[in-house]
Amino acid sequence: MRPLFALLLITLLSPWGWAAEPDALKSPQWEFVHKRFLNGEPYQFDGKVKVEAPADAEDSLNVPISFQVEDLESIQEIVVVADLNPIPQVLRFRPKEMRPHLGFRMKLQQGSPIHVAAKTADGLWHVGGVWVNAAGGGCTLPSVGTASGDWTKTLGKVSANVWQRPDGSNRLRVRVMHPMDTGLASGIPTFHIENLNVLAEDNKVLAELDLFEPISENPMLSFDVNRQTQFRLEGRDNNGNRIQAEVAQ
Amino acid sequence: MKRLLLLALWALSTQLAAAGFEYPLQPQEIAPDTFVLEGKTEDFSKENGGYIVNAGYIVTQDGIVVIDTGPSRRFGEQQRALIEQTTGKKVIRVYITHHHPDHFFGNQAFSDLPIYALPETIRGVQREGETFSNNMYRLIGDWMRDTSVVAPNQEVKLGRENLGGHELEHLAFKGHTHADLAVFDHTTGVLFTGDLVFNQRASTTPHANIVDWLASLEQLLKLPFKVLVPGHGKVTQDDQAIAQTRAYLVWLQTILQQAAANGLDMNEVMATPIPADFKELALAQSELRRSVAHLYPALEAEQLKPAKQAE
Repeated sequence: MRPLFALLLITLLSPWGWAAEPDALKSPQWEFVHKRFLNGEPYQFDGKVKVEAPADAEDSLNVPISFQVEDLESIQEIVVVADLNPIPQVLRFRPKEMRPHLGFRMKLQQGSPIHVAAKTADGLWHVGGVWVNAAGGGCTLPSVGTASGDWTKTLGKVSANVWQRPDGSNRLRVRVMHPMDTGLASGIPTFHIENLNVLAEDNKVLAELDLFEPISENPMLSFDVNRQTQFRLEGRDNNGNRIQAEVAQ
Repeated sequence: MKRLLLLALWALSTQLAAAGFEYPLQPQEIAPDTFVLEGKTEDFSKENGGYIVNAGYIVTQDGIVVIDTGPSRRFGEQQRALIEQTTGKKVIRVYITHHHPDHFFGNQAFSDLPIYALPETIRGVQREGETFSNNMYRLIGDWMRDTSVVAPNQEVKLGRENLGGHELEHLAFKGHTHADLAVFDHTTGVLFTGDLVFNQRASTTPHANIVDWLASLEQLLKLPFKVLVPGHGKVTQDDQAIAQTRAYLVWLQTILQQAAANGLDMNEVMATPIPADFKELALAQSELRRSVAHLYPALEAEQLKPAKQAE
């Protein structure tokens, strides 16, 4: 009797016991998302992961998503997944010396749950999310740049600015010119930025970002950094084109 | 007996199903010979079938002039039937104020007639009609059954003309879209503004240029109208609706510019509280979210500086 009781107790208390928690957004794809993008690791739905997006997307090519993870220590990685997109994985963000906040825009092929999962040092994924309704079609259209043919002149060009914020952080906004073609539009191969790192002036890595096909054309990113005002950006796309730029206030 | 009962039930159910798609069209006489079918100040839904827009008509001696044909084929057909039955006259021409889907998708019911619009409106329907159509099927469902895109077939001739005892003036503006037609009936003093003016409903901005729009409102104010028919919201006898639309647009432009100058991201701007002046406007918060999506990208880009690229 006693070992059974102990087993029950372990099941209830261990994070593995929670993994059966049903998805708060009732996503039909949650099991797959959990297995594929969270490696089937233990998770819990957690109000500390706050995700913002309009309930109805006005423009399926540019759906604004932002998230903030509050009161969680030692975040290893944050993953964003749009469960019903043909390419569900949107980005992976590893904030090292900045706040675990991010704003960006993405393409939606149809209305979908957007899950944001933050993994803490204990190996547990903390999951938040929202549903976004959309007219859709965002993933199977060619980018404007590719359609008009003028993307080559601006490829990899960075514009940015830094603002001081009342709460003691600085806001860094970055736009990188890139078609971000998904490979799902007929005859146009996948062409997207794969990674982008934000570094301080002294080359210390402040955050690492892996970007995937659903990120909108000419990605616009909002970071909440500490008091720095000078940054370096380094990255590359899947064709090996480098992104290297220096940003100052 | 049982079969007869089933048949009766079937007949009843098909009648009910058909009755489910009747638009509650109630003509309001707003001036001599002049009527408006006033839609709700709501967003598209499967409940309202897209009857969220004002469609007007003028009963002239030569026949009837229709202004805007509503959101669907069903709407256009019911609108035409109602007008011709209640007046005993035929519709002779149609004007489309601009290329948004709630204003022209009833065109199918009038495709045997001249349908006038500004040239850029005709091009807008040709360019974006299919996209609008797909979205409308998604938003209002079966109300759209058998609706397809019929572009206006005549370019409107600007200026005055006398039609069956009504001195009509056709005026070209822009700002709500690239081409916004207003129709002013000098005989009755009725001004049909299309969506240049909203009354007690937040303005929509998917193709808006606010600077042009404000300039157009200044021009509208100079017209000696007695009755104003806004694109959405109640018909008025004064210029309050113009003043309200102008104040809302100025506020919208101001908060978007300030947000961009402060480095805000889109979702932060979408959460801007609606000030007391506009709290009464239908759909204020949801239209603000839409307007951020339409107008913010250009404003935030102005606030970015080219970074130093490594060679």
